[in-house]
Amino acid sequence: MNLQFGEKYEKLRDEVRAFCAASWPPRGAEAGRGSREQGIAWRKRALAAGFLSRTVPKAYGGAGADPDVMAETVIRQEFDRAGVPHRVAVQGPRMLVPTLLECGSEEQRREYIPPTLTGEMAWCQGYSEPGAGSDLASLQSRAELVGDEWVLTGQKIWTSNAVEADMMFGLFRTEPEAAKHAGISYLLIPMKSRGIDVRPLTMMQGGVDFCEVFFDAVRIPAKNIVGKRGEGWKVTRATLKHERVLIGDSQGARVSLDALVALAKQVQREGRPAIEHPVVRQRIAEAAGYVATQEWAVARMLSAIHRNRDAEVMSEMLMTKLLGTNIQQMIGKLALELIPEDGLREPKGEEVVMGIRPFTRARWVSHYMFSLAGAIAGGTSNVQRNIIGERLLGLPRDQRPPGQ
Amino acid sequence: MDFSLSQEQELLQGTLRSFVAKECPPQAVRAVFDGEHALVPALREKLAEIGVYGLAVPDVHGGAGLELLELALVAEELGRGAVPVPFLGPALATLALARGGSAAQQAAWLPRLADGSARATVALGEDGGHWLPDAWQAELANGRVRGRKCLVPDAEDADCFVVGCRGGALALVEAGAGVRVIPELALDRGRPLAVLELDGAAAQPLDATAAARLVDAGSVLLAADAFGAAHQLVRATAAYLQSRQQFGQPLAQFQALKHQLANMALDVDPTRGLWWYAAHAFDHAPAEASRAAALAKAHITERAMQVARDAVEAHGGIGFTWECDVHIWFKRVMFDRLWLGAPELHRERYAALEGW
Repeated sequence: MNLQFGEKYEKLRDEVRAFCAASWPPRGAEAGRGSREQGIAWRKRALAAGFLSRTVPKAYGGAGADPDVMAETVIRQEFDRAGVPHRVAVQGPRMLVPTLLECGSEEQRREYIPPTLTGEMAWCQGYSEPGAGSDLASLQSRAELVGDEWVLTGQKIWTSNAVEADMMFGLFRTEPEAAKHAGISYLLIPMKSRGIDVRPLTMMQGGVDFCEVFFDAVRIPAKNIVGKRGEGWKVTRATLKHERVLIGDSQGARVSLDALVALAKQVQREGRPAIEHPVVRQRIAEAAGYVATQEWAVARMLSAIHRNRDAEVMSEMLMTKLLGTNIQQMIGKLALELIPEDGLREPKGEEVVMGIRPFTRARWVSHYMFSLAGAIAGGTSNVQRNIIGERLLGLPRDQRPPGQ
Repeated sequence: MDFSLSQEQELLQGTLRSFVAKECPPQAVRAVFDGEHALVPALREKLAEIGVYGLAVPDVHGGAGLELLELALVAEELGRGAVPVPFLGPALATLALARGGSAAQQAAWLPRLADGSARATVALGEDGGHWLPDAWQAELANGRVRGRKCLVPDAEDADCFVVGCRGGALALVEAGAGVRVIPELALDRGRPLAVLELDGAAAQPLDATAAARLVDAGSVLLAADAFGAAHQLVRATAAYLQSRQQFGQPLAQFQALKHQLANMALDVDPTRGLWWYAAHAFDHAPAEASRAAALAKAHITERAMQVARDAVEAHGGIGFTWECDVHIWFKRVMFDRLWLGAPELHRERYAALEGW
């Protein structure tokens, strides 16, 4: 056990730090541009320096490096510290790109991966439908091959970033006669296509993030399919192999906990800072136990993956999402107990400073609600519990109705 | 960065796990709970043979010269098996001597503690829930100690005691004149407890800084023990729910129970790194050690206790009986949660150390 990153990675850390200092914030003419252009320009530099999407082959705009979770951790830590725009919506670099690397054609990789890495091409994910949530494979939106075009009809929902996205990767039923999972194809759809109607949904805390997307005889080229007809479900599964790059972030929990402690120092209870109140101390210390649990679980996971011993950390790999969701909800609830009156006011006036939303009181009220999204998006918490039960504890799978 | 065990540590873990499976299966633990104490000395012998009592003894005194993490790995396996053998007391007393004893004290005791020919334990708690150094009242003066310590583990047949005294001092007291051991009825029958009455017993002081470190070490060992016990409870409950049928299907098929089991696993499994780190910090990150130990003790024993309660509930009627093993692990975790102070005490310790 050695918790130092060691000389090799500290040298990398220095390099990343120097790179960030030299490249951000934008200077000269670039300083006057919009944040999207600034982000793209910065990411081009970071890609060229080999710090971003480092495992993507050079031919597609990456650095062609071997997977190294320690290097990725050090780089991410430094990027976060410097506040550089390294994160773009996960749908592109972290979902579509691995899928294309695994299942895409050479032409698709060359066309889509480079602009996706820079953020010039933004993606949204067309999976869920009004009638297909956790039971995703029951989806009914269909695509029919007419000549050299797919014709798409149906509706997707809960589609994050649909307004900004240039492209959608989505699942459509192409083989209506085939069994449930065997009739689905994975298609790439330009969002500017005629017949697409994007309608934003207002979220409970007032923001706009996800949308309904309607398809009315939308035509896309026949070549915009990843994998073969009817293999869409397999394509989405293949992507899961790359999920190991998605794990390993306990930063969010720590940031929220630190903000909670700061809030408890700032607000008064019974004439003194709330943090001095025995009940408040107990409850925040309890939350700290969960946050430290998450951090060391992630550290254990990274170390095991680094040594190609993933099987030893199956618990951690299956649990970090659920644990992280629970932690954010716990912290949100504790914060609202400190500022109860604010919970009666609509959380207007959330500011964004250099892409970061500071924990103002309005942000806490928003967080109290938004922390529920984690229990729904990307596999609900109850689905996570099924997976833990089945894959970790070896419990029987849920019984399906006959014929499924 | 490498937050994983070394090959040697994994070997130790494997050795202990097969030792427990072979030498102390559940029926042996059950027998001890039913009063067959004859098994315990033999178990202790065998543990001594594989060197468990000498793990943290420096090699010059015949030990393995290892650290708290190795002791915690042992605690995990003993907790997993609810093994009714003296470990917590000897491990802490030995650590106190190895880190806070004079050269003469070390030479006199460590070789015999390492090979198991002498027995030592710690007397920390006092009536009224006084566990921590600043609450100790036993009086150490002029080489004599007076006071009453309670909930002392592994006290019967102990040759010497490391006793917590007023002002956070530690004293080494040999069994003999002025030392009286009065057994208490312990809830966890695998870990007997006693009152230690000290009436002017001869005492030698140990290094004063060792006291706080003793609380940290104890916290980590209890957290590791609770982790092992709770981890086992989750697996045992999963196995039981797969075997028992109701409404024509295994209970584990019901999603309500599946989710309850998943939540139990979520309470336990991810906390492994929390006690690993606390153990590591004890020897390698002194500035972090107390905070990490307090957090591990508070969080893990609290979650483990909830898991034990859930395990009883999930077993149904049988889970509430003496004949079902669940109560043994339940009481194991109760001990881990309450000995050295309940989670609330350690959360407050953590909060104070954070400067809140």
